[in-house]
Amino acid sequence: MRTTKLVEDVTVDLLRMAVTSLPEDVLTALRLAEKEETSEIARIQLRTILANVEMADRRTLPMCQDTGLPVFFVSGRRIPHLEEAVRRGVARATSEIPLRPNAVQPLTRANPGDNLGKGMPHIHFHPSDEDFTEITVMPKGAGSENMSALSMLNPSQGAKGIKAFVLDTVVAAGGKPCPPTIVGVGIGGTADEAMLLAKKSLLRRLDVPNPDPDLRRLEEELKDALNSTGIGPMGLGGQTTVLGVLTEDAFTHTASLPVAICLQCWASRRASARIFKDGHVEYSKEGFC
Amino acid sequence: MKLRSPLSEKDVRQLKSGDTVTLDGLIFSGRDEVHIRALEYAREGRKLPCDLRGGVIFHCGPIMKKVNGHWNVVAAGPTTSSRMNAMEPEFIERFGVRAIIGKGGMSQPTVDAMVKFGCVYLAFTGGAAVLGAEGIVEVKGVEWLDLGMPEAMWELAVKGFGPMTVAIDAHGNSLYKEVDAKVTKNVAVAKKKLGLLG
Repeated sequence: MRTTKLVEDVTVDLLRMAVTSLPEDVLTALRLAEKEETSEIARIQLRTILANVEMADRRTLPMCQDTGLPVFFVSGRRIPHLEEAVRRGVARATSEIPLRPNAVQPLTRANPGDNLGKGMPHIHFHPSDEDFTEITVMPKGAGSENMSALSMLNPSQGAKGIKAFVLDTVVAAGGKPCPPTIVGVGIGGTADEAMLLAKKSLLRRLDVPNPDPDLRRLEEELKDALNSTGIGPMGLGGQTTVLGVLTEDAFTHTASLPVAICLQCWASRRASARIFKDGHVEYSKEGFC
Repeated sequence: MKLRSPLSEKDVRQLKSGDTVTLDGLIFSGRDEVHIRALEYAREGRKLPCDLRGGVIFHCGPIMKKVNGHWNVVAAGPTTSSRMNAMEPEFIERFGVRAIIGKGGMSQPTVDAMVKFGCVYLAFTGGAAVLGAEGIVEVKGVEWLDLGMPEAMWELAVKGFGPMTVAIDAHGNSLYKEVDAKVTKNVAVAKKKLGLLG
């Protein structure tokens, strides 16, 4: 019973932390971009973003009105009735912070007003033998999520096919996903797994290099190419189209090469907490790894 | 440059793409559902609850909070305008709006309607919702709240709202088109560099 209340409280804290304040790695990347931009209109966009983020943090207000759909990743020790506790936390956060009631029935578009519904919020569970439970929330806005893409490439298309698909997708998205974006790329698995890898890759810090040297090279090459397009902040031109490219891979079928892209707006909001057996809780905006 | 709504045709015709502006006066939030319903009303010959002539439409689904019976704005930044592409030309023609605030730009039929009827597109930085709320001094009212908080039509009094960039002017100039042309060239170079061509 006590643990359930704790999980509910942690859920509210995580959502508040995520929607009102950016992780340090994202802030650093935005500040650097503002310093290096040469286009005046691009600099105005970046300065406006930084002023807005600072004001949101100071007043504990949501930095963007699209507080997204709350996507949860839960790993580690199983806590009984965790799902119900998270649901209660989401409803409370919606009225307390407040969050925008974004969750609607897909066909009737009916909006219950509390961000709850069938399959909502979405929780990805990965139980393990750790002595703590880790909960991460990624509030995902629709502007960037609507630009998601999946391609089932032929294996013969290889790395070149992946690069072309990422380039074409980001160019087609233009200013719509609120650039400078972070580009999550999932490579391999099945179609659904590739999409999940793309989303999960967005949880990595921008200043932590990919441990796989091939993926690291791919990320650097793609970042340079995307920033050479000139789309710029908000699609109004400039040299900062992306803050980073993050990839994750998994083994796939010998006849398949699934590639999934999940774009994240500049407001790359995320927050994590570890709940230990004794009730002690640790928080991190940037994530623990 | 400072603008004050309601706007006249002359007010908007003098703006050039690339100008930076702020706005005082009244604006109306309106996104997918407001566009759908307003056009249904017009086709059925019914009157809208607000007069939009010379008005400003804000592509925005704000976060609002009711405090002591009065609506307060918590966060209000622009939403992706392209979702309204199919409806905007008719919306501009029927209701005589003079400015649209949004993000990401709009397609050629909307640019054409802006030239024909005298309207501009003002790009406000996506996600700058606290700054947006800061420019809103009063929530004057709300219509069609049955559509849900993000989709309702909120009447908002603003002061110094911005900064916004005139991204599409009433003469057919569009920063998005200019950027597109450059991007097409740059992408060809990038693809060559990555060995993706030929």
